[in-house]
Amino acid sequence: MTNLVEISQLNFGYGESLVLKGVNLTVPKGSLVAIMGLSGCGKTTLLRLMGGQLQARDGSVRVAGKELNHMNQRELYGMRRQIGMMFQFGALFTDLSVFDNVAFQMREHTNLPENIIHDLTLMKLNAVGLRGVHAMMPSELSGGMARRVAMARATALDPQLILYDEPFTGLDPISMGVIGRLVRRLNDALGATSVLVTHDIQESMRIVDYIYFVSDGVIVAQGTPDEIRQSTWPFVHQFVWGEADGPMPFHYPAPAMRADLGLQEV
Amino acid sequence: MEAVLRGIRLVGDRTLRIVERIGATAVFLAVTLMYSGTSLQRFGLVIREVFYAGVQSLIIILVSGLFVGMVLGLQGYETLQNYGSAQSVGVLVALSLARELGPVVSALLFASRAGSAITAEIGLMKATEQLSAMEMMAVNPMARVVAPRFWGGVLSLPLLAMLFSTLGIIGGYLVAVVILGVDSGAFWSQMQAAVDFRHDILNGIIKSLVFGVAVCAIATFEGYEAPPTAEGVSGATTRTVVSSSLAILALDLLLTAFMMKGWD
Repeated sequence: MTNLVEISQLNFGYGESLVLKGVNLTVPKGSLVAIMGLSGCGKTTLLRLMGGQLQARDGSVRVAGKELNHMNQRELYGMRRQIGMMFQFGALFTDLSVFDNVAFQMREHTNLPENIIHDLTLMKLNAVGLRGVHAMMPSELSGGMARRVAMARATALDPQLILYDEPFTGLDPISMGVIGRLVRRLNDALGATSVLVTHDIQESMRIVDYIYFVSDGVIVAQGTPDEIRQSTWPFVHQFVWGEADGPMPFHYPAPAMRADLGLQEV
Repeated sequence: MEAVLRGIRLVGDRTLRIVERIGATAVFLAVTLMYSGTSLQRFGLVIREVFYAGVQSLIIILVSGLFVGMVLGLQGYETLQNYGSAQSVGVLVALSLARELGPVVSALLFASRAGSAITAEIGLMKATEQLSAMEMMAVNPMARVVAPRFWGGVLSLPLLAMLFSTLGIIGGYLVAVVILGVDSGAFWSQMQAAVDFRHDILNGIIKSLVFGVAVCAIATFEGYEAPPTAEGVSGATTRTVVSSSLAILALDLLLTAFMMKGWD
């Protein structure tokens, strides 16, 4: 199986500090891969590097065999027509209706007649179960519905690669299950490849093919959901079972308690 | 001595920041013009913004114009009556509005009403990742979001200024002729004789076009560069109103000086 995304020896940072250090990662064609880790560990940064929104300091980010680093804007925009991205809270255009949001890319990038765009848009919305809300504005949708519309929009041009940034955040268990199943179903139905950034371990393990764990800018563990479940690696164990203390300490580094409280040694 | 040096350093630092900000706005304006092709090809995008920036500012512009014209009629009548020239109140109202008050006051109102709305909208689009989403869809936000709003505002302001002046003249007429009893024929005929299309009307339109460019460049720049937080967007909105108002008044002085000299 060939890889759609190949990242090797990637370093990325702001100023002096490095957010990602020597990351190596591959996403085989047709697979659904999750990148997991604690908040602020660099997983969303990694996703943005795959979309060409950020440029690596050094190392390589290849999508569909093309190096994203050093692409000019025209080349990058050409590449992005093959990529769909769903943002954390949907990022729907609030001044456009649900229908216009999904039809946006078709109108911008194709010369399709309006009646074809109409039919395609309704089919995309039907795939996420929301054909009935096409006339609504984004402000009238619930969080889960907004994300399903965002999924329809991200897949409007049948992209090769779909990137999901925290699709489960802030959702109730039913909506989370719906979104999870849709992520899997859209990936398989479109013959696409998907990368999912999340910290929802239970939902992800039900749907993904492979998981990478990122901690402090480094990939610390990887494997299939079954391998991850059986892992004895302390970080993975703490993450999967949601333990409060472990390799990721409960306390943020701080001076000694006595010093902070101003207590004298007796 | 140290305090004086600190003061000088502070003034220098502030001045540099202001100059830097003006430069960044000018660069942003140049980039907006560079990406204006889409707006001009798909003029519907601009028309939509003319509706939001222009049509929705109509009420405040028309009501303000009417009141400003009424006050001008009242003040003008009171002053001119002392010199036995109350019949010339129409000239005073029309020239004040066409040359100065129409372009300047409508631009100030436009900056507060439409400029702040443009900044807040673009700033919120950035904060809610709508601009990033657009970029990920291979659509340039400068071409699709910024340029249509810029051109919509630039086209709206001269029209609003003309309506402001027209309503002002009607307001002046109502006070001077209908209420205070100035002769209607004298009001209109003296106005017609004194107001020159090239020097008064056209110069007023040029002024409002320049103000439109300044306000819309500042409003779009502040929105696009706003930090993606509630505080950031609110600060950007405030800066738009303050910077636009100062820019309008400074540009008015420059333009008036050039226009009085006859551009030579």
